[in-house]
Amino acid sequence: MLSRVADSLYWMSRYLERAEHTARLLDVELQLWLDQSPEAGAGRWRFLLEALRTPAAQGPIDPTVLVDSLVFSRRNSSSIVSCIATARENLRHVREQCSSEMWEQLNRLYLDVMDSRPEARPEQSWMLKSHGFLRSVQEGAHLFQGITDGTMSHGEGWQHIQLGRYVERADTLACLMETHFKRTNMSADLAVDQVVESSEYLEWVGLLRACVAFEAYCKAHTAAIRPLRVADFLVLNPEFPHSIRFAVDRINAALHIVGDLTERKAKTPTRIAGRLRAQLSFSSIEEIMQGGARAYLENIRSECAQIHAAIHQVYFDYAIEGELAS
Amino acid sequence: MSASAVPSRVGTLPPLPDEQYGKAYDEMFSAHDVARPHYQALQRTLLRLDPEDLRRSQQAADLTFLQEGITFTVYGSKEGTERIFPNDLIPRIIPAHEWAQIERGLTQRLTALNLFLRDIYHEGRILTEGVVPRELIYSCKHFRREMRGLNVPRDIYVSICGTDLVRLPDGAFAVLEDNLRVPSGVSYMLANRKVLKRVFPSMFQDYGVWPIDHYPQALLATLRSLAPENSPYPQDPTTVLLTPGVSNSAYFEHTFLAQQMGVELVEGRDLLVHDNVVYMRTTAGPRRVDVIYRRVDDDFLDPLCFRRDSILGVPGLFNAYRAGNVTLANAIGTGVADDKAVYAYVPEIIRFYLKEDPILQNVQTFLMSDDKQRDHVLANLPQMVVKAVGESGGYGMLIGPHSSQQQRDDFRARILAEPRNYIAQPTLALSCAPCLIDGEVESRHIDLRPYILMGEKVTLVPGGLTRVALRKGSLVVNSSQGGGSKDTWVLRADDGDGRALKPADVAVKGLNGKSGAGSVATSGAGS
Repeated sequence: MLSRVADSLYWMSRYLERAEHTARLLDVELQLWLDQSPEAGAGRWRFLLEALRTPAAQGPIDPTVLVDSLVFSRRNSSSIVSCIATARENLRHVREQCSSEMWEQLNRLYLDVMDSRPEARPEQSWMLKSHGFLRSVQEGAHLFQGITDGTMSHGEGWQHIQLGRYVERADTLACLMETHFKRTNMSADLAVDQVVESSEYLEWVGLLRACVAFEAYCKAHTAAIRPLRVADFLVLNPEFPHSIRFAVDRINAALHIVGDLTERKAKTPTRIAGRLRAQLSFSSIEEIMQGGARAYLENIRSECAQIHAAIHQVYFDYAIEGELAS
Repeated sequence: MSASAVPSRVGTLPPLPDEQYGKAYDEMFSAHDVARPHYQALQRTLLRLDPEDLRRSQQAADLTFLQEGITFTVYGSKEGTERIFPNDLIPRIIPAHEWAQIERGLTQRLTALNLFLRDIYHEGRILTEGVVPRELIYSCKHFRREMRGLNVPRDIYVSICGTDLVRLPDGAFAVLEDNLRVPSGVSYMLANRKVLKRVFPSMFQDYGVWPIDHYPQALLATLRSLAPENSPYPQDPTTVLLTPGVSNSAYFEHTFLAQQMGVELVEGRDLLVHDNVVYMRTTAGPRRVDVIYRRVDDDFLDPLCFRRDSILGVPGLFNAYRAGNVTLANAIGTGVADDKAVYAYVPEIIRFYLKEDPILQNVQTFLMSDDKQRDHVLANLPQMVVKAVGESGGYGMLIGPHSSQQQRDDFRARILAEPRNYIAQPTLALSCAPCLIDGEVESRHIDLRPYILMGEKVTLVPGGLTRVALRKGSLVVNSSQGGGSKDTWVLRADDGDGRALKPADVAVKGLNGKSGAGSVATSGAGS
């Protein structure tokens, strides 16, 4: 597979995952906002920006401006519209590598999103139908994922799509949780069965919902929200698709397959991913909390960045002379 | 006009209410209200149809094109980077005997043009014998000195050709242009058929239409048959399609063809040359490339050899080509044979190499480098179409009858400044066919671009791109100039009811499912 193509598929997938994540988080936040006093608002928005890795502007935050910048702004390269446009642009460059159904779905999603922009529909107030819009973005991304799995050969290109999605997911999840722990002041000696205080109940439910995990968590641990169990579920659960452990398992599996398919000698990406996977497989949440949850999550993010750099260097942008000489 | 009048207009009203279309050959009607035999079944279908159905189907078709991203790019317009290529639902129908003549004529023409290219880049017999003036060839900006004495596989320079045909008022087909460099549009031919079959299956009732879906396989077989001698795997050469990139107007087509052929779509930056061998950068390391179907113009192929500022090309590609380590299709320097001034000599070229009379005629062409012809043209500029010899895509053209005094003065000055750079032709009344315009059926001018492949054998897929000048009265069919297209049906028989099927035609077409190759006409040129 052409390096340029693999690179485009990887980034397409990362951007789409990012759009889906932003849409879900924003959706959850806008609904939580309805349940809250106006004073709590400002803090929420700062938290949201931090969780999305977007630097906050100085001064008071105007929710309308903020939402606009997270959803529609083309100046913000991580806004939902920018992400979907970039994902589409990446796929457009490698259209012959994906199935027509995939292209049609992503193109349709793009056209729908562009059509929902306030400047395209000035007569309607966007905030009133934000839920429907944010849902449609998430559904569009899910549909694309299903179409991808159902219509594209699960060969090397598909593996690069998996890599992009799960590298992005592990990173965004780690960032979201890190911000959340900072906000809720989780103490290191929290008992496993400690139920959340009522003042923080909504925040924890919000976290679960932002990871589509509320129902899955309830099935595993009942609706009693216990912070340590939630953290355990979102970081270490091997079966739930929006846990960090799950994402890292997938990264690991995809890297092994790509390594076998391409017969590359350099093993840096698999080595780093394997190390991270071992760490997650053999950690317990109590140990993590004692060692400092935020440091642990920060480390995961740094490992993700290393995996990304290694993939780039081994598969996309290697020095060609060295390859031909050997 | 009310919606209910739509079908009746096709069926019963005079098809050519317009003075302007009066002179042109009508594809559908032979006389007032009398449809030609091969259009009768379609006429019956159109008469039966609810006009609302027609409108809905057109909308469904437009939506399909948009959703599938079947678009092209218009240069020089700010907002419209991607546009759909307007599609017209009413098919253009070509009966079997007319197609047989087109097929023979184009095969003959391309065979001769390949011999011509081989000759002018080697001995130059045709120049020595004075059939084609030497200065005409050497003054052509698409002549490539670098190609002198270089041998190409099977001596085939042009393996992919899309010739523009027009139908003259007397019903005869004539060649308007040979596109021997990087002809485009074949994906629209395939897309038009796919979409029409999907939104309007009832139209196909009562017709025996040749399928065209095997074009990509035939293209791949053609490319593979041109593997370079030095290829380590001549039986299984690695073939790629080289595109200028996503901002090229035909990018959709490049992706489509690469996907349908199952080959890599590469950009210049994916390729590199090492020791005169071309490699592509893959995730598994560098991989050798044998055949390049290039959709990049000569000028941009290799910055070391042609334009230095090109970032679309591959440094060192030409040396690899010279060394016989890679095949380029089409070859470099084929543009000299589709120069519009050389075009005037093609009938002579055919007689010279093949000792045959041309089967398809040329359009009368005046060379501006000739004093007498130039004087005649300048005196009659309002009746002429003037074209720059090296341009394509409808750029650099003057259409006399539709021009202003200022435009004519401008062209007059340009012709006098650079006579070699211009030719003129009488304004042709292109044939016209019924089209669906805003829900009503109206006549529009059309042309026809069939696609010819020449490798181990010659393949013409029975069909082509029928381009439509959608603006009322316009004679310009280019997509960049507001043209559209419609599906082109080549019939297995001479009329729509499947009668008069000539056994000879069936044998020639030989479309047995296994080989998947199209109509095999004759063997390749000079192989």
